[in-house]
Amino acid sequence: MEKLCVSDVSKIFTGKGGTVTAVDKVSFSVEEGEFVVIVGPSGCGKSTLLNIVGGLESATSGTVTVAGKAVTEPGADRGMVFQGYSLFPWLTVRKNVEFGLKMKGLPAQERTAIADQFIRLVGLSGFENALPDELSGGMKQRTAIARTLANQPEILLMDEPFGALDAQTRVVMQEQLAEISRKTGSTVLFITHDIDEAILLGNRVLIMSRRPGRIKKVIPIDLKCARDHTALIDPEFLHIKKQIMDVLWEEQTV
Amino acid sequence: MRSGKKTYRWLSIVSFFVIMAAWCLITYGGLVKPLFVPSPSDVIHQLVLAFQDGSLWLNCWASTRRVMVGWFLSALVALPCGMLMARSPKFTAIVQPVIEFVRYLPVVALVPLTILYLGIGETQKYIIIWLGTFFQLVLMVCDTVASVDKNQINAARTLGANKWQVYKEVIFPASLPGLLDDFRLTIGWAWTYLVVAEMVAASDGLGYIILKSQRFLATDVIFMGLFLIGFIGLVTDFLMKLLTKLLVPWRRRLTD
Repeated sequence: MEKLCVSDVSKIFTGKGGTVTAVDKVSFSVEEGEFVVIVGPSGCGKSTLLNIVGGLESATSGTVTVAGKAVTEPGADRGMVFQGYSLFPWLTVRKNVEFGLKMKGLPAQERTAIADQFIRLVGLSGFENALPDELSGGMKQRTAIARTLANQPEILLMDEPFGALDAQTRVVMQEQLAEISRKTGSTVLFITHDIDEAILLGNRVLIMSRRPGRIKKVIPIDLKCARDHTALIDPEFLHIKKQIMDVLWEEQTV
Repeated sequence: MRSGKKTYRWLSIVSFFVIMAAWCLITYGGLVKPLFVPSPSDVIHQLVLAFQDGSLWLNCWASTRRVMVGWFLSALVALPCGMLMARSPKFTAIVQPVIEFVRYLPVVALVPLTILYLGIGETQKYIIIWLGTFFQLVLMVCDTVASVDKNQINAARTLGANKWQVYKEVIFPASLPGLLDDFRLTIGWAWTYLVVAEMVAASDGLGYIILKSQRFLATDVIFMGLFLIGFIGLVTDFLMKLLTKLLVPWRRRLTD
């Protein structure tokens, strides 16, 4: 079943110096339970595209539907995870994770039960009463992921969520996210400029070109090896990586 | 960190005693006439007299009440007004010109009008304090609220928060530390408008006794009034900081 359908979406920014086409007639869809990664150089409009799906920005033309419903504004059906975590520093980890449920009006007891379940899922048991600023970057992002998952969205939208983490933590987080998404069967649309990350996590990788932002190529990822740090030197992995790099580098020289 | 705190305290104490010593020196040493600067013992004498006849509490309370009511009314209006300004360009367009204009008007110059419109009762005094603080506070509130992390607001919206919930659950708590700072500063300013407020038909209050002493050149009473205002100001400041610690415990936990 199709969870997300993006059809003919364009975003044109009009400024003093004329117009810039950030996203140009992009169409793709994400199936239920699928993990789709959009990879592209910075400034290719991938974040703009994700914000349009999230409802934080509006498309100049084209339509976005999530579970058959047209997107016009942000909503709980599309959970977003940002690079800067965006946790609420005045709330404990538990209260942060409960946030969406509180907005829905769930009773406190039920909220806590669900929150604790997702805190356990991301491996933060024991930190329920910690404040975000007392946590490391990786733990903050795990809290943010738990907060989004607890809301049980139709689709998870992730905007370079591990971009601010150090290399090792990033790999650990990637492995964890791969496991979490397998466990929960979440539908994910993930954005990154990191090719390794794209291959490790995605069922499908969409390569986006810069200015105007278009989907240049779609590469299905069918790794037979385990999707963890050992995959990074697997020949199959490297073969796919070369394919993606060729498309991106072709872009660089143009 | 600890030694830094210790040094800070020491320097504060030293600074206080140096000023006191200088005061003693110029007054008891006969360097300045008592008419210009009264000696510490003169001021303490006045304080004891005021305490004995009960006028001390009366005047302190009258002034504190005026400052608090006037300031509270201004905070009451400035809070929603400033929050709206920070979030709605349309609302800002409506109120900004008026606020920016009135902000520059000297409150003393508005006294005749306030008497004409409101008479010479307590309301007129509250409004003077209100006029002195509101137009500054509303801009400070707007600024504080506008500086709330946009990503936090976006996160809340994608978690399903509606407009009202964004205000209540994100914008308000996120700007609370800044708002409390704004409040603390404007309470201080409210005290500076006290004399203006008690210029007209007041029969009590610290501003009033200062103005009255002016006629008799009772410099010691003026000094006493000034010290009391300064002291109450310090206490208010301390209480506001305490309130900040209570209301924003997440900030305290991080700095401790």
